[in-house]
Amino acid sequence: MSEATLECRGLSKYYGLNAALHNVNISLPEGKIIGLLGPNGSGKTTLIKLASGLLTPTEGEILVCGCKPGIESKALVSYLPERTYLPDWMTVLDCLKLFQDFYADFDYERAVSMLQRLQVPAHARMKTLSKGTREKVQLVLVMSRRARLYLLDEPIGGVDPAARDYILGTILRNYCEESTVLISTHLIADVEKILDEFIFIQNGQVVSYASTDSLREDLGKSIDEYFREVFRC
Amino acid sequence: MAWQFSNDRPIYIQVSDQIVSNILTGVYKMGEKLPSVREFAVIAAVNPNTVQKALSELEDAGLIETQRNTGKFVTQEGSVIEMARKQRGEMLAVEFLKNMAALGYTAEQTIKLLEEAKKGEEISDE
Repeated sequence: MSEATLECRGLSKYYGLNAALHNVNISLPEGKIIGLLGPNGSGKTTLIKLASGLLTPTEGEILVCGCKPGIESKALVSYLPERTYLPDWMTVLDCLKLFQDFYADFDYERAVSMLQRLQVPAHARMKTLSKGTREKVQLVLVMSRRARLYLLDEPIGGVDPAARDYILGTILRNYCEESTVLISTHLIADVEKILDEFIFIQNGQVVSYASTDSLREDLGKSIDEYFREVFRC
Repeated sequence: MAWQFSNDRPIYIQVSDQIVSNILTGVYKMGEKLPSVREFAVIAAVNPNTVQKALSELEDAGLIETQRNTGKFVTQEGSVIEMARKQRGEMLAVEFLKNMAALGYTAEQTIKLLEEAKKGEEISDE
């Protein structure tokens, strides 16, 4: 067994006195699709930003395939932020070229064919696209990399149910067996069929980390039902 | 259209049930090549590992066979498929009897009802 794809040891992140994450210890194996689930403000995005190297830990450490976040880990991690950051004035094709310049593992042909299948106009400028279409472009870019770890922060939040299915299909079609996909969302019912494992996070702490099947076998519950129970307001 | 799943049972079991149904109803015919794991994952909109688990259950049951480098196939053994059909039939029958019992029917009353329903169907068929 190789090393964990993502490893957190005593990981904490404070914003001033506020603990966004507190003493998180978790180790994610390769080849899994894992849901990062929790109520609003529970620390999902903070964890993803720490893994992508956008934030630095206050305490503890986080390792991606054994590397601390930095140049090496960024080559291994494909990150989909909550918001799209692609400049308005660029065309879809410009964005593809930008990614090709930046990432050695970017598969240009694959991106083009995915965009065609999604019927995204390649020569349109980003600002002329709807929010949902922009999110599709961003997801295509992220999933066209041959990364070891995909960090998807709310990949289906802003799109309609039909596009949601398509996006989940895109994730299923395009991740490779050695990669791990971490998906943060609160649309649990929509994603739970594709999850191997799930992490519940609340107030910056991991409440549970288990396999989807074992939850159903042991408790006879879906993740969605379990979530409503654990996080009852 | 993605497959529908209930909340109370592991998804891999529901996936393998659905594949068995597809074999029994002839969607996947005897000896026919099955979709790949990845294709199944997209068809059913589930995780590839879930599909893998479902397929290996079916392989253990002898309903499908792996041929090296070419993929997975529905078995050519008619007897294995017939056994699966019998199992599925028995399961549905037991479940039906249980549901009827919950409505207050005895087994005899249920059988009588079935015979009446069958007659009714025969009449409407003519």
